[in-house]
Amino acid sequence: MTDFLLELRCEEIPARMQAGARADLERLFRAELASAGLDVGAVTVWSTPRRLALIARGLPQATEAVSEEAKGPPEGAPDAAVDGFCRKNGVTREQLELREVKGRNTWFAVIDKPGRAVREVLAEAIPAVIRAFPWPKSMRWGAASLSTESLRWVRPLSGIVAIFGEDLVACEVGGIRSGYATLGHRFHHPGEITIGSAEDYAEKLRACHVLVDQGEREAIIRARAQAVAAEAGLTLVEDEGLVVENAGLTEWPVPLLGRFDEHFLEVPPEVIQLTTRTNQKYFVCEKDGELANAFVCTANIEPKDGGAAIVDGNRKVLAARLSDARFFWDVDRKTALAEHAKKLERITFHEKLGTVADKVERVAKLARWLVEEGIVSPNPAVTPDLIRDPAPGAGVTKEELADLAEQAARLCKADLVTEMVGEFPELQGLMGGYYAEQEGLDPAVSAAIRDHYKPVGQGDEVPTAPVTVAVSLADKLDTLRSFFSIDEKPTGSKDPFALRRAALAVIRLVTENDLRMSAADGELLDFFADRLKVQQREAGVRHDLIDAVFALGGEDDLVRLLARVHALQAFVGTEDGANLHAGYKRAANILRKEDWLGIEGEIAQTGEEDPLAEVDDPDLKEVVAAKMAERHAKELSYTPDPAEKALIDALDAAEPKAQAAIAGEDFEAAMAALASLRAPIDRFFDEVTVNDEDPIKRAARLDLLARFRAAVHNVADFSRIEG
Amino acid sequence: MTDTTPLSFQDMILALHDYWSDKGCLILQPYDMRMGAGTFHPATTLRALGPEPWNAAFAQPCRRPTDGRYGENPNRLQHYYQYQVILKPSPPDLQELYLRSLEVIGIDPLAHDIRFVEDDWESPTLGAWGLGWEVWCDGMEVTQFTYFQQMGGFDCKPVAGELTYGLERLAMYIQNVDNVYDLDFNGRGVTYGDVFLENEKQMSKWNFEVADTAALFDLFGKAEAECRNCLANDVPIAAYEQAIEASHIFNLLQARGVISVQERASYMGRVRDLARGSCEAYMAKEKDRWAAEYEGWTA
Repeated sequence: MTDFLLELRCEEIPARMQAGARADLERLFRAELASAGLDVGAVTVWSTPRRLALIARGLPQATEAVSEEAKGPPEGAPDAAVDGFCRKNGVTREQLELREVKGRNTWFAVIDKPGRAVREVLAEAIPAVIRAFPWPKSMRWGAASLSTESLRWVRPLSGIVAIFGEDLVACEVGGIRSGYATLGHRFHHPGEITIGSAEDYAEKLRACHVLVDQGEREAIIRARAQAVAAEAGLTLVEDEGLVVENAGLTEWPVPLLGRFDEHFLEVPPEVIQLTTRTNQKYFVCEKDGELANAFVCTANIEPKDGGAAIVDGNRKVLAARLSDARFFWDVDRKTALAEHAKKLERITFHEKLGTVADKVERVAKLARWLVEEGIVSPNPAVTPDLIRDPAPGAGVTKEELADLAEQAARLCKADLVTEMVGEFPELQGLMGGYYAEQEGLDPAVSAAIRDHYKPVGQGDEVPTAPVTVAVSLADKLDTLRSFFSIDEKPTGSKDPFALRRAALAVIRLVTENDLRMSAADGELLDFFADRLKVQQREAGVRHDLIDAVFALGGEDDLVRLLARVHALQAFVGTEDGANLHAGYKRAANILRKEDWLGIEGEIAQTGEEDPLAEVDDPDLKEVVAAKMAERHAKELSYTPDPAEKALIDALDAAEPKAQAAIAGEDFEAAMAALASLRAPIDRFFDEVTVNDEDPIKRAARLDLLARFRAAVHNVADFSRIEG
Repeated sequence: MTDTTPLSFQDMILALHDYWSDKGCLILQPYDMRMGAGTFHPATTLRALGPEPWNAAFAQPCRRPTDGRYGENPNRLQHYYQYQVILKPSPPDLQELYLRSLEVIGIDPLAHDIRFVEDDWESPTLGAWGLGWEVWCDGMEVTQFTYFQQMGGFDCKPVAGELTYGLERLAMYIQNVDNVYDLDFNGRGVTYGDVFLENEKQMSKWNFEVADTAALFDLFGKAEAECRNCLANDVPIAAYEQAIEASHIFNLLQARGVISVQERASYMGRVRDLARGSCEAYMAKEKDRWAAEYEGWTA
């Protein structure tokens, strides 16, 4: 068994592409070898900015010989068909064999594939892997690019090391021939190094200031960044994204601590953190929980002077960036948010939906309405964390809350026209909050401006402060309704206005704050239903149960809907629930087989619509109930069997209980009422013959099953429940 | 940085000239038109088209009217210099050639942290894009390093490598000064401020406050019309000059704040059409000769 080393050297690979490139290299390599009949075992893949490496361990010297057979046309088939078959399999007509297949003589080609030297297989696999490599963006270069057919790579490819055991795997791609030589660190070791085998690869590189294993570089950055911060009495703000990115930018990472002018700390910490992180890829540090005037940059050399010059250079660059940030902070604060907001008239929100100012106007009205209607009330439904968030907006009257919500809504987009947000769009909302605070606006208003984009994702926290909830909800509902009104709905993977995210945010705002309202109707309600299924799936709620409740129709109150779904999920998880579901299915099957619509089928038909669909119509519920009552009132013309009588009695008792429970939104009680039907329905099926010879008995029993089905439907459409 | 006295601004340019001349580049002078970036120089844009080898280096003054700060900002200027090197086809050792040029102007790569950080370049107005990096020296972007893939909407065949050094930034770095106006210009007591401070003040005022916008709108239209006139008469180089002119007039109109957000895209589209039209005509004029002289090349 032999180890194989492949190194593809090129000019600096973007850090963000390296993880994907490692995975692609392994996948393509395995696929190429698999197509030669080789199942590759353990593979290690590494990357640095200047190289991708792969080590496959324990490969055989040769692939096994295989004999493959291909079935061809039957004897007597047209010559063209037989010749075509021969061509396809690379055999002559004489080499074909005749065999009997199901009584017919059929041509077979037997193709013997001898074992091949793995070194040969590898020599073919390497160019194939390189040519097939799916870089997110690739380029041409050099003299060969006179033709657009020339090799493409992420940046110019400059060398290939391919060693099987200790033997060179000779190959060539795009004019680059494989060899034993590679390069060490660009500055510490500019000359060539000769690699002997997979065994000495990583160690030889290490000796030349290259840590080829990205995991090792990440570990060094993590540990050393923390250490240099700790040595200065500071705590590093950990940032795994930066660890990975810096490991992708270095072959020999050396974290260094620098300081910046304390005066810059006047600027909000998020601004400092953002410019430091995104523009400079530095870590920041804290002291006693507050941002400190220090940064950690990651150099790619072991500097001669211990790093003084590098730190000083980085400090200056950061100072220039922070001066810009402080300039924006000062300029923006000279103008009140209400003044900034006037400029929103110049920004188009959407060509069919007017300007951002128009949107703000709609959101302000809706936010006020949400409070006036009592949907968002002054007392937060969820107790806020009093230390972190001293419940801004609590303890106010409904009128005051409505005013605050409208004010916050009118200012919530004003920061979009500030210099700071122009420079750092990620800070929208946050900056508005800071500027409102600086202006001395009500803390509830600043908090609402700051947080009104929340929740932005599944993991993000949901606002609970009433002013924030009103503005956030109004903003998202307006976006959804506006875009649905101009028929700009998400399709497939396209969701340019992030409406799915907005709907998800509405669902979370409504359900987590217990807001009782009609969320939507028509298509938008269906859209919410889909989003709710996705969202609840992650919370472990079955999508079929959501369907089972939505199928009842007329439910646009998401809080009530979810309460019902949760009760249903708990119920179907019990033995009673599972058995009742089984009983329901059996009843429904019999009714379907007998084509028995029962009482539900007696509802007037318009001739156009499906009568059963009508039953789901809440407006017809009363009619159905009256019909049912009429039918129940009829005396049976025969004495029911004991089990039949027991089911009738159980239904008589359970139906009103379930209805009352649903009206009172006590869904556990509704489920309990259903549970009481479980034993009677089981017994009914055990003891009673539905298809009695007596047509009167048969009809009465089918009606009884229909009544049972309808009683269950009152709680949820069990036909939608899977399993 | 070396232990010796750092290079003055002009000596830095001369050192780069010497270096790239030695590497076989033509040393050109700045183009005599106002432009936003060295890439607009015909020696870059037009020469990036077609198969003929082309190696050139030049310092090009760049005008960015909206970056003017009346001489009050230590780093931002409405007029500054880029040092451009274009090598076609891109040589295999382009990175090494570039790094040695940094050593020539006094940057020691074992004392300073030099890095190639992904930064793909795109110029919608030139219909051009390329892949490459911004080169960092101790966290500061000192050079844009690009392998041109398309120019004027045409595939670059072959690809050219373009280096754009930010001369003031590099000089501030090498000389260790925090304010651009304190740069030593000639090594004999003249500063960058002596040469350019008053210029920055007056030109900022003109760009932002004084320039006659009606005249500028008129000039934009005239440049556009003249570009079309040139194209109709098959003088693409002259047409391209009018595209450069229109582009700069547009930048001035932007600085005067008289182009709305909605109009902006439309103006950029008009400049792009001129630039693309010029490149297209330039290609059309040469393509038969190129195809005959360069085997394997097709338009």
